This record gives sequence, structure tokens and C-alpha cells, in this order.
Amino acid sequence: MTIPFSYILRNVAARRLTTTLTAGGMALVVYVFATVLMLAAGLERTLVATGQDDNVVVIRRAAQTEVQSGVDRRQAGVVESLPGIAIGRDGQKLISKEPVVLINLPKRDSNKPSNVVIRGVTPTGLVLRPQVRLVEGRMFQPGTAEVIAGRSIANGFQGAGVGETLRFASRDWTVVGVFEAGRTGFDSEIWGDAEQMLQAFRRLGFSVLVFKLADTDRFDAVKQEIESDPRLTLEAKRETRFYADQSEMLSKFISYLGTTISVIFSIGAVIGAMITMYASVASRTNEIGTLRALGFPRRAIMAAFLVEALLLGLIGGVVGLVAASFMQALSISTMNFQTFAELAFTFTLTPGIVVASLSFALVMGFVGGFLPAARAARMKIVDALRAA
Amino acid sequence: MLLTRLVTRNAFRHQLRTALTLVGIVVAITAFGLLRTIVDAWYAGANASSSARLITRSSVSLVFPLPLTYAQKIRQVPGVQSVSWANWFGGVYISERNFFPQFAIDPASYLDMYPEFILSAAERKAFLTDRKGAIVGRKLAEQYGWKIGDVIPLRGTIYTGTWAFTLRGIYDGADKGTDQSTMFMHWDLLNETIKKLYPRRGDQTGVFVVQLRDPAAAAEVSAAIDATFRNSLAETLTETEKAFQLSFVAMTEAILLAIQAVSYVVIVIIMAVMANTMAMTARERGSEYATMKALGFSGGFVALLILAESVGIALAGGLAAIALTIPLADAFAERMGSLFPIFFVSEQTMLLQAGAALAVGVVAAALPAWRTATVRIVDGLRAVG
Repeated sequence: MTIPFSYILRNVAARRLTTTLTAGGMALVVYVFATVLMLAAGLERTLVATGQDDNVVVIRRAAQTEVQSGVDRRQAGVVESLPGIAIGRDGQKLISKEPVVLINLPKRDSNKPSNVVIRGVTPTGLVLRPQVRLVEGRMFQPGTAEVIAGRSIANGFQGAGVGETLRFASRDWTVVGVFEAGRTGFDSEIWGDAEQMLQAFRRLGFSVLVFKLADTDRFDAVKQEIESDPRLTLEAKRETRFYADQSEMLSKFISYLGTTISVIFSIGAVIGAMITMYASVASRTNEIGTLRALGFPRRAIMAAFLVEALLLGLIGGVVGLVAASFMQALSISTMNFQTFAELAFTFTLTPGIVVASLSFALVMGFVGGFLPAARAARMKIVDALRAA
Repeated sequence: MLLTRLVTRNAFRHQLRTALTLVGIVVAITAFGLLRTIVDAWYAGANASSSARLITRSSVSLVFPLPLTYAQKIRQVPGVQSVSWANWFGGVYISERNFFPQFAIDPASYLDMYPEFILSAAERKAFLTDRKGAIVGRKLAEQYGWKIGDVIPLRGTIYTGTWAFTLRGIYDGADKGTDQSTMFMHWDLLNETIKKLYPRRGDQTGVFVVQLRDPAAAAEVSAAIDATFRNSLAETLTETEKAFQLSFVAMTEAILLAIQAVSYVVIVIIMAVMANTMAMTARERGSEYATMKALGFSGGFVALLILAESVGIALAGGLAAIALTIPLADAFAERMGSLFPIFFVSEQTMLLQAGAALAVGVVAAALPAWRTATVRIVDGLRAVG
């Protein structure tokens, strides 16, 4: 014999203020929990999607980022001559030799400077990144002081929109186009002609080499070849791995901090649920006695109160999750500690996060409701009926 | 007198409920304090900077070095007392996880400019005379168990190869806010090695540190230095040390804002919990309060009774939380190692914690107190808890 669900539902609805406050507290906790997970997921998706699995990034050994790395023309030539690099439609090898530097640009809204990645690319570089497409304006003319800017840079930094000019490396550069790269790390970069960039920044060598593998399974052999060649002081990584490594510190920081905060917050919410449920039990002592006298077993009483607590948790969880899902419209732009460069990413809601948040809310409700439910179930019929 | 007795009796009537509420407040206020301390730690570098020092760097970005010859020209700018230079080394100690800042400096001039790094005369001399020597902060030495004379191997990420430095001194900070997690080595050694490997990259440095004769002249001197190098191959950007440090903080502002927002969310959550407790309490005691009013106690007195109980519980929790924050912050700082070189609970944080506790108590009691004070006696007596 179980207590009807409508009885439980009415109990929750009867005390509106208390229900709202308790579920509201839980909703806030779930909101924070879900937001943090969404942030970590968004960051991960941005950087993992930045790379192509069959592309290989070659940087100087021990350099952790493209900006720190340096590859001179002699070494670049050696790498280019290696077998295993895919050949493009025009018969040229699909390898892009790129200078990458950081420059300081002021943000549009706060006027505060932040570091932005400038990448010198060649037509091959564009072939290697099929996810990049122009959404406004046109491509830069090779051999001129023209650049194209990623969507987040064009929106966020002064002088980076189409038709505006940027001043760096003692020259004025005209922004002729804005590109979108499917919410990847390239959205936070400015691209120009590689040779122009080398001259402007007075560089003799490139920063990074990117090439496409002819056979994606032969990565280990190619890596071995590059790293064991005595003429080369370089290391090779799959592009996907390379970008995932770069976000490691930031995404770890976000998820550690977020999890710690959520756990601490949940203690507060669990206590809130516990207080509510204890009060709910205390004020219904007579009712519990009557229910028992009518023949409902202890199990049913226990279950009724647990379901009530779980219901509170569920309401909180759903409200929190709905609030958190609105965050998807926002984009966060911050400095990646590892590359020292600006990186924009969005909150991403995945099915896994929905499940995790709702389970988290239910667990909070269960933990908060268990002891009060046990107390209700343990009551003796006579004592419960006698209590005023 | 009667008020205090009534309040204490009332507060301890539902011992379990009061205890739970107290625990909730302690957890929330502690979390609030820790989050504020993390935000403070972010700004620590800027707060510790001196207003009498300027930093000159390449106007393009920090990645681009400046030629060392600039030191002479900067020294000639009126208002400049002395010039030193430093370069980010970016070495890895054993593995990437052991991150701590390392700077290659011109030792004599740099240490003169930073009196907050306290080094004994003997250790200073030992460092100055050993080109392969290095000094580290007290905290860093304790973290890795380094003693004077130890050899510290670093794998260079910007300057390739494995470098071995002999520890010649351990410096202390002049106060709590001084960074004691940095390693300094000789710029000369770095430069010589670089010149052999890549002649083009020799005789360059990342930043110049400029000591001002008069801190009030910072703006004019900065402008004068930058004017000296305008239209040269390496234009400069000079700003006060504080502005330089704040520019790093600004780059990670989004994360900082999120932490700050979250620290207030926790207070809102606990407010909801506490308000719930007080609302429940007042409802249960509705007929009691009505009886008191019938006996002649004023509505204000009854409201005060509820307010005092709420504020009392909140403040007790707040005080316990402040006491708990300090050891927790220490434990956290130890675990994070050199990620947050300066990490301590400031007095301002403690005041904010106390203020937050007070606010929670007052807000939680506001609605029930007002309701009880204004309800008609008949309705109060009729109400069933």
C-alpha cells in the first residue's frame, strides 16, 4: 500500500514560501554547477575542434606554444622534403610555414589591452583548415598590408572590424575580411600574408609548420622521422592533441574550482532541504499518526517523505538548468594561461551535463530528505496521534 | 535582559534546526571568504608594486625584446635615477606541473631597486660573484626543499637546453604581500649562451625597470622615455609597475568576474536557507507571539525578538567561519603551491565576511518580523502552526 502521489504534491504546494526558498536555494546551486560544467565543455570543444586529426603541428623541441617556438628556413626545408606529406590538387605539398606572434590590442568595451595572436598564412594554410570561411569582406591580397580577423577578435577589439585599420609592427594594416572558424581557437586570431608578417616583425624564421598527412595512420612513423633527424631540433604533434594540450591548464582550473564551489554550495542547499523536511515532518505528526492508524506501513511513510524531498530537488534542478541554458547565448573571452593569448569560447550544454545536473539535484534532495523521512517512519502510532 | 533571555531560549528550542542553520552559515561564509581571498591573490602582484618604479617594454607585446643599448638612453632621461633589466626565463623544473616564475636579471642594479627582497650580505655577495648562481624566495625553497649550494636543473622552453643553477641565496619578503616564490638568475649568463647559439638574439632583454627620482613624475618620465624611441625599430611602452601588473589581471578578468559573482551567489543561497528557517520558526510560534502582544508587549518588541534571534545565529556562524577561513586558506595555499605566491586572508575580507553574516541575519528576519509585528492579535491566536 503506497501513499498517493497527489498527497505528496499537495504538501509541497501547501507551503509555498518554504518550498520556493528551498527549491530556489537548490536551483542556484544547480545553476552554478551546470554553468561551470558548460564552461569547461565549451572550452574543450573549442580547442579540440580547432585541430584536424590528420594535420601535424611541428614546433621547436620544448617550446610549449607556437609563440615560443622558432623554426628556421633550413629546418623547414628539411621537414618539407620528408615523405608522408599529402600532395594537394596543384601538385604542391600541403605544408604551411607560419610565423605566429602576439600583439597587444585594446578591447572595444573596456579599452584594456589584451594579447592577440597574429598568424602569417599562405594559401596552403587555408587548405589545411577547411573549417575557416569568410563571412564578411574578402580574402587579403598576398604581398599587401591586408589582414583578416576572426569573428571574436573583430567583435571584441578596437580597429579589427572590416574597413578599419590596425597599427602594429610600425605599419598600418587594413582589415579586409572577417572569418569564422566554427567556434574554434582560430576565431580569436588575426591572419595575414606569411611573408609580409616575417618582414614586418623582422623574423628570419617561422614559428610553426603545419602539414597534412598523406596517410593519417602513419603519424607515428613521421613523428619518429622528424624527432630522430639530427639536423632538426623539432617535435611533432597531431593538431588535435596540440590544441587540447594548450587548454589543459585552463580547463583543469575551471573544473577544479567549479567542482569545489559546487560541493561547498551543495552543503548549504542540503541543509536547507533538511530543515524544511524536518519542519514538514514535525508539523504533520498528527497526520503521520493517522496514516499509520489507517494501515499505511512504515515503508510508505518513509517513501512519501523521500519523494517529497526528491520533488523539491527536481524542481530546483529543472529551474537551475533552465536558467543555466540561457548562458549558451554568452561568449567568454579570456587569456589562456598557457599560450598567453586571448581565447573566446562559449558555454556549451551537452546531454551529459543535463543528466549530471539533474542527478546532482536529486542527490541533494535525497541526502537532505533521508534523515527526516526516517524520523517520520520511526514514529509510534500512539505517540504521533497524541502529539498536539 | 528579558530580551536576551527570551532570544537565547528561543534559539535553542529547536536545537537540531539551529545547529543545521549554523553549519550552513559557517560553510557559506567560509566559502565567501576563500573566494574573496582568491580574488585578492590575483591582485597581489599589483598591490605589492612600488609607485617609484616604471616598466618599459616593447610596444608591440611582451614577446618582442628590446635592445640592451636602450638602458643607456633611458638613464639619460631627466627624472630617472637608475635602470635595470629583466627577462622572463620560462624554464621547467622536472615537469610542467612545477610552475614558478623565473627571471634573468642584472643582479646588482635589480636587487638595489627591489629593497623588499631581503637577502643577507653574505648571500648577496655569493650570488653576485657566481655567474651560474641563483636566488629564490623563502616559500619556493621550502616548497621544493632546496638548501643553499643545491643545484637546480631547469629545462629551457624559450632558451633551449638544460640549465643548471647553483642556489646561492634565499630571500625573505619585507612584508606578507611580497612575492617569495620567484627565482632569479644572471642575465649575463643567459646572454652569453644565446650569443653563441643565435647571434641575432644576443644583447636583448624583455623589460627595463626604471627607478624614478620622484614618484609624482611617473607620467612625464614615461612619456619622455617612449618619445626617445618613437619611430625606431623597437618602440617602447612605459607604464608604472602597478599598471603593468594590472594589465595581466585585466587579461583574465572574465574568470575573476565569475569568481566574484559566485562569491555573492553563495551568500544569496544561504540567505534563502536562513530566511526559510526564520519563516518557519515565526509561523510555528505565531500564537505565542500573539499571546505576548495580548499581554501588552508591543509589536516592535516581538519583531526585535525575531530579528535578534536571526542576527545572533548568523553572527555566531559568521565568527566561527572567519576563524575557520584562516587555517583553510593556509591549507589551500600549500596545495596550490606557487600558483598563488601571495595568499592570505586580508582584514578587509574578514570585515566583508562579518558584514555578509549580518546582512544574512537581517534579511532573513525582515519578512517574518514585519509580518508578526503587524498581524492582528486575533488572527495570530487563530493561526495554526
